[in-house]
Amino acid sequence: MRAAFENDLRRLQTEILKMGSMAETAIAHAILSLQTQDGKLAASVITGDDEVDRMELGIEELCVKLIALQQPLAGDLRVITGMLKICTDIERLADLATNVAEVALRIGKAPLIKPLEDIPEMANIAQSMVRDSLNALVARDAAAARAVCLRDDEVDQMYSQLHAELMEFICSSLSSKDVEQAVDLLFVARQLERIADHATNIAERVIYMVTGMRVKTNQPETLK
Amino acid sequence: MKQTVAKLLIVTSAIVVLCILAVVISHILINGLPLVNLAYLTTDPDISWGNPVGGIRSTVWVSCYLTVIALLVAVPIGVGAAVYFTEYAKVGAFVTALRFAVESLAGVPSIVFGLFGYALFVISLGLQWSILSGGLTLACMILPTIIRTSEEALRSVPSAFREASLSLGATRWQTIWRVVVPSASPGIVTGIILGVGRAVGETAAVMLTAGMSLGFPILPTQPGRSMAVHLYTLAQEHIAYDQSYATAAVLVLVILAVDAAASLIRRRTST
Amino acid sequence: MSERLTDSHPSELQKAKIEVVDLSFYYSNVQALKSVNLAIFERSVTALIGPSGCGKSTFLRTINRMNDIIPMTKVTGHVRLDGQDIYAPGVDVVELRKRVGMVFQKPNPFPMSIYDNVAYGPRIHGVRKKSTLDEIVERSLTLAALWDEVKDRLRSSALELSGGQQQRLCIARALAVEPEVLLMDEPCSALDPIATARIEDLIQELKKQFTIVIVTHNLHQAGRVSDFTAFFLAGELVESGPTEVIFERPSDKRTEDYVTGRFG
Repeated sequence: MRAAFENDLRRLQTEILKMGSMAETAIAHAILSLQTQDGKLAASVITGDDEVDRMELGIEELCVKLIALQQPLAGDLRVITGMLKICTDIERLADLATNVAEVALRIGKAPLIKPLEDIPEMANIAQSMVRDSLNALVARDAAAARAVCLRDDEVDQMYSQLHAELMEFICSSLSSKDVEQAVDLLFVARQLERIADHATNIAERVIYMVTGMRVKTNQPETLK
Repeated sequence: MKQTVAKLLIVTSAIVVLCILAVVISHILINGLPLVNLAYLTTDPDISWGNPVGGIRSTVWVSCYLTVIALLVAVPIGVGAAVYFTEYAKVGAFVTALRFAVESLAGVPSIVFGLFGYALFVISLGLQWSILSGGLTLACMILPTIIRTSEEALRSVPSAFREASLSLGATRWQTIWRVVVPSASPGIVTGIILGVGRAVGETAAVMLTAGMSLGFPILPTQPGRSMAVHLYTLAQEHIAYDQSYATAAVLVLVILAVDAAASLIRRRTST
Repeated sequence: MSERLTDSHPSELQKAKIEVVDLSFYYSNVQALKSVNLAIFERSVTALIGPSGCGKSTFLRTINRMNDIIPMTKVTGHVRLDGQDIYAPGVDVVELRKRVGMVFQKPNPFPMSIYDNVAYGPRIHGVRKKSTLDEIVERSLTLAALWDEVKDRLRSSALELSGGQQQRLCIARALAVEPEVLLMDEPCSALDPIATARIEDLIQELKKQFTIVIVTHNLHQAGRVSDFTAFFLAGELVESGPTEVIFERPSDKRTEDYVTGRFG
């Protein structure tokens, strides 16, 4: 029953996943461009953001159309409103990747103040959170989504640590160029922390879609 | 081709029916109306010299009197029976028997009613020839008509009205008498009027029960001669045909008026 | 128990006006309602939803014992109005129907004047004084949002009104006997969208004073109008709860399937 509606719902999910994978790729390429100091890669991430923005508008339009015409209820309603919010989070993910790519361009070929270790590690965790939250969406798996939410603390801790390290470096450094780079790297870490936050948001939406319960990662009692 | 022939036959038969009606009515009216005037209607008939003279005043009075008594008896019983059939009766042998009785009663010939009335009211109950005997006999005759039309009218009241009334906390009794019967009243009144039409036209039965004596009855125990009986008597004695026609003319006009009233009521209330 | 009450409980703030306990209903040998348990809260609107033939109208009519007029029916279980079982022996059905009024699917005003329609209820319960009746008629028609439209033609026939006006007249007629509960059996299904909207607004107003139970086959009407929703299927009460919960996250898959239109 409601074959046309089912088709539209499937199409909605396909588009979201497409957008999600584009964001994942953007994040990966942005970090890589920073590590390998590859200016061309960084530039491609920045131009690729337009496509993601376009997709966000298209998905939003589809969601609103479905609400207006099909008057969805219960599970359908949760899915459509969930997707509406998830696509905003994915768009933010792509924007954050762009920010990292811009830093990569700014640093350019200049020597790195220290070999990047912590940042790629943070990036790995953040990327896996994004990937896992999107997988949880496809599988409609609330338990997997909850697991993503719980990992947010790890990223926050890493950020605090990195923040402390970089601040110490800045305070004791004499080279303004070095300080500039440190500030940029701190900025990158911040973007990664926010990427993890948005991945958590996506996971929270998945939990809502599946169970109907609204959870907040910073209110752990709701996560039970 | 077949269509045209069929149409032609149908139209012809309709015309034939209308012609018969027209011929009968016009024949009576043409022959009778000249004699009808105010004086005729307001003087009593008199055959003291063997030749009928005078008017038809007392006969008109007797016809009315008989009809009123018939209605006073038949309407409550008839409407009551109809209410019983539609609102209270459960399917069963008793109800089936009762229905059969009502239907059969409708088919009994008038003369049989007359004999019945004579035997029961005039002789057994000792009422003798009287308005009362005549009225009661007429009541029996018009009862089936009233029951049938009232029942039909009551059945056609939508059950939605009954439901609405009950849901407001009315008892069944209140529902019947405040909603159902009033809603059905156009149909019931039509039935009553048809009964009136029959009562006014009855001859044999009235003759056998109310008698034929001329005179102005005051008490219902007195006998009287109705218009129809008067017409018959005059015609039978082969004298004063013009008088018969005159009486007939008045009778026909009364019946036409009664039928017109019935159809007017039916049309006005079938919104 | 065949029904589940979903978690959020605005009901804790409201008293149960009607409690239905293990109610089963039989038309001859056919069981139309199967052990229904439901609480209806005062001064709220409870919607009964479900596919055709699921028993929601039958259930509605057990609350004012209108099913009594159908021969060969049987009722087991309890229906308690303010704590008292309305099916107990010796219960005055006339009194019950004064307290629990009903509005039907197709507007059914009596073939009388507007005034007489509204005054019918009070009259059969003994009100004779003209001034009292006048007051009751005005009050009821005002409550039903019809007074302004008909105050100059109270003596004209009720059948001259439009469909929406006739239905509001029927509501006024039911309100004239001052019920506590109003049962509405698909009151808008015979009306156009504008008339429907007016009656839905009216229901929102009326619920401040009366407890309303409404059967509707229009899900979105239930969404617009009701505080609580009960879903019936094949004579069983599958699920009930606050409307927003039933419409956002029903517990039972059957409810989910019905509400999302995935029903066969």
